[in-house]
Amino acid sequence: MTKVKLPKFLIASVVFYAIIEALFRLEVLNGYILHIINQSLIFVILAASLNLINGITGQFSLGHMGFAGVGAYVSGTLTTIILKLNPTVTSNMGIFVLCLLAGGVAAAFIGFLIGFPSLRLKGDYLAIVTLGFGEIIRTVFNNIDYVGGPRGLLGIPKFSNFTLIFIAAFLSIVVMRNIIQSSHGRAMLSIRENELAADLVGINTTQYKVMAFTIGAFFAGIAGGLLAHLIQLAHPTQFGFIKSVEVLIMIYAGGVGSMTGSIIAAFGLTFLSEGLRIGIRALADATNLPIGGEWRMVIYSLLLIFIMLFRTEGLMGTKESRIIKIEEAD
Amino acid sequence: MSALLSIKNMTHYFGGLRAVSNFSYDIPQGTIYGLIGPNGSGKTTTFNLITGIYTPTEGQVFFQDKEITGMKPYKIVQTGAARTFQNLRIFSNLTALDNIRIALHFNTRSGLVSSVLRLPSFMNEERQVKKESRELLELMHLSSRANELAKNLPYGELRRLEIARALATKPKLLLLDEPAAGMNPKEVDELMSLIVRIRNEFKVTVFLIEHHMQVVMGICEYLKVIDFGETIAEGLPEAVGKDPKVLEAYLGKRGA
Repeated sequence: MTKVKLPKFLIASVVFYAIIEALFRLEVLNGYILHIINQSLIFVILAASLNLINGITGQFSLGHMGFAGVGAYVSGTLTTIILKLNPTVTSNMGIFVLCLLAGGVAAAFIGFLIGFPSLRLKGDYLAIVTLGFGEIIRTVFNNIDYVGGPRGLLGIPKFSNFTLIFIAAFLSIVVMRNIIQSSHGRAMLSIRENELAADLVGINTTQYKVMAFTIGAFFAGIAGGLLAHLIQLAHPTQFGFIKSVEVLIMIYAGGVGSMTGSIIAAFGLTFLSEGLRIGIRALADATNLPIGGEWRMVIYSLLLIFIMLFRTEGLMGTKESRIIKIEEAD
Repeated sequence: MSALLSIKNMTHYFGGLRAVSNFSYDIPQGTIYGLIGPNGSGKTTTFNLITGIYTPTEGQVFFQDKEITGMKPYKIVQTGAARTFQNLRIFSNLTALDNIRIALHFNTRSGLVSSVLRLPSFMNEERQVKKESRELLELMHLSSRANELAKNLPYGELRRLEIARALATKPKLLLLDEPAAGMNPKEVDELMSLIVRIRNEFKVTVFLIEHHMQVVMGICEYLKVIDFGETIAEGLPEAVGKDPKVLEAYLGKRGA
């Protein structure tokens, strides 16, 4: 007997979209909350794509935001400086999507290049190389006057909106999930599990490591482009090492190797960070105590330490929610 | 007919240490050949040289009349030489089924795009891969373990899983590195009949390293003995077992 399988993730996503959109239209959610949701969705793409490299293929990368930076600057330069696109013209949306893809492709190319040193290096050494690469990318932006140098690329048109970011996040997850749940994804997993054994069952480990970096970088580039066109700015400091570590924390808190974990952690930690900002301000106002915004990071970090102490494998471990996972036919 | 695997004057140095010295061996198709020797005599190094993990300092390896010396390990596997490891290398956080499916990967043809779009050709291939994997698990009496994480399986089953994984690459030559290590006498008996069965059913040639004399004497058709990288004896198992040099290497001088 064959059972019709519902595309659970599609349904769940559409429901999520409809609820948020309705709440916003009914003015239950204000622009500020929607902005945080948008940011969370961008972090969903970033965390999931890093998870493909780090959690699935087991290649420790510390320069993920560098890829996002390439996407942000390439798409931002195209829309702002070269094409001077006007975001109020609806037909420009299609051109923007092409610019976004161009940013993704450029980031993928850089990811492809970074994939090569990763062939020779493992663990800590690879982390240092990717860290270096990320910093090089940041420094390059910092020194190119054409894209604003240390001031950053200003006046980027606001093309990113909830609908577009949502669709991008949805497609990113679906594409990566489908890769992971295929023979190619299993080949990547085997590298994480035991590289020599992978080699000796005929897996071209080189090819799959480069592939993971390329695909991961592509989606990071898309996320970077969306972010730049959301906050209307691309600045070198946004794409530095500290930001890469934030994404890394998300995948560890959510569970290395779990896309579900990445999604939950991207939302959870983005909201937590913003929530603490509001919470601390309210507390300071109410009690007249001299507690400033800097306490936000202290509490945030403490919470992370607690997650790691009491749930070392992250919230989800390597498990995948049944909503996201495709059930296999026998 | 020429040998399936032919090793010619293979020598390998680790720095100044000669781990394998002037090693030659011709293994005809369909046979079960053995390589024995005391600990540290260079047996596993020999396997590592054949499978491409190391490149021999001197000498050549021919497989099916083609030279494979210095080829990348995954390429050698793809030409039809699969192996197991002395100290298991299982994908422990994956299920037994996935362990096998991974080994079937290089024989699949679906590209990345058809995998992402879940095209019918991809779905069919996935079903086929699953079916073949289940058959291999069945053969190794591991069917009930298919969806169990490999790290939760007992030692003896892991050994069988690793053999199943090697077979999934559809090899012509199966290199077994101490397959009986850590097994109890009952498991050893089962393993011996299993190896013979695999040879007959899959038409593979078996080349095995073993310490366990019962296995070596029981199923090997020809033996080579090495010590400190040097070949000290070879021949039919009965003859090798009585060779004074072999007894000396294993038991020490005057041991005979």
